[in-house]
Amino acid sequence: MTPPLSVTVIGGYLGSGKTTLVNHLLRNANGLRLAILVNEFGELAIDEDLIEAEDDDIISIAGGCVCCSFGSDLTGALLDMAKLDPQPDHVLIESSGVAIPSAIAGSVSLLNGFCTDGIVILADAETIQSSARDKYMGDTVLRQLNDANIIVLNKTDLVNEAHLAETKRWVGQQTGGVRIIESSHSIVAPQVVLGSFLVQQTLGVPHFEASDLEMMTVTLREPVHVENLAKKLAGDDLGLIRAKGFVTSLTGKKTLIQVVGRRWETSLAPDSTLNGIVCLGFKRLISKHNIEKIGNVAS
Amino acid sequence: MVDTTIYSARKIITMNPARPTVSHVAVRDGKILAAGDLSELETWGDYKLDETFADKVLMPGLVEGHAHTMEGTLWRYVYCGFFDRGDPNGKIWDGLQTIEAILGRLKEAEVQIDDPEAPLSGWSLDPIYMDNTRVTRADLDSVSATRPIGVLHASGHILNVNTKALELGGLMKTGINHPGIPLGADGYPTGELYGPETMTPVGVHVGFNRSLTDSDDQGLRDFAKLCVRTGVTTITDLAARLDDEGVEAMLSVTGEYDYPARVVPLQFFMGATPKETVDKVVGLKTRATDRLRLGRIKAVADGSIQGFSARMRWPGYHNGAPNGLWYTAPEQLAELYRLALAAGIQVHTHTNGDEATEMVLETLAPALKDMPSPNHRFTLQHCQLADAAQFRKMKELNMCVNLFANHHFYWGDEHYRLTVGPERALRMNACRTALETGVPMAIHSDAPVTPLGPFFTAWSAVNRLTASGRTQGEHEKIGVEAALYAITLGAAYTLHLDDEIGSIEVGKNADFAVLEDDPTEIGGDYLKDVRVWGTVQGGRIFAVSKL
Repeated sequence: MTPPLSVTVIGGYLGSGKTTLVNHLLRNANGLRLAILVNEFGELAIDEDLIEAEDDDIISIAGGCVCCSFGSDLTGALLDMAKLDPQPDHVLIESSGVAIPSAIAGSVSLLNGFCTDGIVILADAETIQSSARDKYMGDTVLRQLNDANIIVLNKTDLVNEAHLAETKRWVGQQTGGVRIIESSHSIVAPQVVLGSFLVQQTLGVPHFEASDLEMMTVTLREPVHVENLAKKLAGDDLGLIRAKGFVTSLTGKKTLIQVVGRRWETSLAPDSTLNGIVCLGFKRLISKHNIEKIGNVAS
Repeated sequence: MVDTTIYSARKIITMNPARPTVSHVAVRDGKILAAGDLSELETWGDYKLDETFADKVLMPGLVEGHAHTMEGTLWRYVYCGFFDRGDPNGKIWDGLQTIEAILGRLKEAEVQIDDPEAPLSGWSLDPIYMDNTRVTRADLDSVSATRPIGVLHASGHILNVNTKALELGGLMKTGINHPGIPLGADGYPTGELYGPETMTPVGVHVGFNRSLTDSDDQGLRDFAKLCVRTGVTTITDLAARLDDEGVEAMLSVTGEYDYPARVVPLQFFMGATPKETVDKVVGLKTRATDRLRLGRIKAVADGSIQGFSARMRWPGYHNGAPNGLWYTAPEQLAELYRLALAAGIQVHTHTNGDEATEMVLETLAPALKDMPSPNHRFTLQHCQLADAAQFRKMKELNMCVNLFANHHFYWGDEHYRLTVGPERALRMNACRTALETGVPMAIHSDAPVTPLGPFFTAWSAVNRLTASGRTQGEHEKIGVEAALYAITLGAAYTLHLDDEIGSIEVGKNADFAVLEDDPTEIGGDYLKDVRVWGTVQGGRIFAVSKL
């Protein structure tokens, strides 16, 4: 049985940098075959040099990636993606500026053969607060922020430190403390956006050395209370942004744990998989020792 | 040799105030040569006198400014609506008042299908009229447990399916956590699916495929039959995808020698940028024919009021539901408006809630400042909740409005009780305010959401009765004359077609509604009962009896 196709939803209001992010991910796909679904083709503006071929419905991109627009039929487009041969490794939905991302993720969750890989919301550090006060769009912008498992606070180069700190504080307050990654020009470690990058063993650690993120693999050999562990990994203390990998449950079952921000889920995995959880976190907080300690407590 | 036909009639209502009624109309080359009495018309030379309509009443061919050709396609499915409704072939399907009756009709249709795998599809279900009793998958399983069954609601936004259909769509499972999929006590879906994203995975298995809004050739022909039956000679298809194939098909079908209607399809602004959309429509406009008027755009600002997805100003929904959804961002609309104004392309914008209307007014105003276009006639479609101040703004911006008069009858009680509360329910679809403010106005059915039939729509605007029989919003009633204007010249104006259609006077297209009854005499209470004999479209006669 083929594993379900992971789907990440990228949201955020107009001008927050979603398109730039998509291009950045395509440029750094590193062999991962991404399928990008966008609401509108024209909006996407895939960088010319990435495009290999183009027809009405689908753009083929260097490295085996594809891009297509879904207009008003997201479900249909997803089903089409699943039929591609070879199947993409990961699907990324760029939702429209007014879409409610949780509604999109909810729709994905209904489809057999797909699983959601979290909601990543981009916010323009310069304008997010005024957008949230907009007479018409304010509540939509806030709903988008509140749907986020991870927020990428983008365009930090356009604001001074005081403004950035204040904006971060404000976003944290609005969202009850969701994980916030800073970026400029939508340059983010691909692992932040796409969980599939975490488990692509060939990729190793994020190559964005300048970033304040770090990735590590923690192997728990002893059986653990899977749910307790997952909950802790998703807690605020460990400083993790994402975690994905396999452990053995107390009843001896191989289990997949997936954490995106504060969201976690567990599911049964084939017995043959090897234990090991790949964790991505803030450099200043993440600690192999702490994660292992939690693993021991959970076991 | 000049070929002129003079038609006599019991009465010809011209909508031309200079001579409101005449006895004869002369037609040459599909156009009106003259309207008057026989002695006047004879001055044009040789003619053939045709007395087919000697005992009929003629009025200008009716114009439906907001409908969807999908109505033609849906009639291939089982009609499950609450109200009596006529199909393209003239059969009146009785309204079904109980779930048992609906299941009974579905069963009758089920035994007619030979292929055991083939889906059974129904449409126009509306539990609101049945004490809101929900149809369940078990109900539909009693029709067939082995064949997938789906019944689309009147709103088009909810689909009821049976267990087999859920299985085929992969949703017959526990653990579903989705606001659009209610679960039963057993943890499995009840079979009701809300919203396109939940409907699509199952819909494809029950005959409601992805291109539901596209009408095929047969659908387009059936749609036109409904036009003849209702006196309509010009009709919109208000949100068409218009891909190359679809345009070719529409050009071909509407070009058939006996196609009886002028179709005005509006390009749906969805899935393409403003620039791409405007460029495409500029191109489409050059391919327009007399019977396929390409070259207009439809945008959608928000959702629907009864679906709680319309955008409302304070104080929001009466039942406390959270505010609705934006379907297009103001920035996108602003760009669309600017580009369309620059290219001379008209845009109609769907707004239901008053906040959506406000947003459109505030977005169009600066675009018009940059690109002054006194005759743009950009039109607000539905615009159900607009208040007097908003109508004044429309006037200031030279906008038109097309109000959803039928909605008042079909969902007025719900709006009063649930969605917007008494005060705002009284002002919904404020026809009188629109006219008194001087906003050019049309009224519409939004078929297939409600049945096509401009006389019913006019009756709704005149009487403002709800389905339960209450008069809702006495003040917003309009007179019969104003209502008849709205379904002819009023609607024609919103499409920039008032120079060609909408009245019976020299130079215009010979488009007539041929009636057994006189709508100006029958009385406002009975306006919906005006009997239609057929139409004349471009000088060609279409009798209902010969469809």
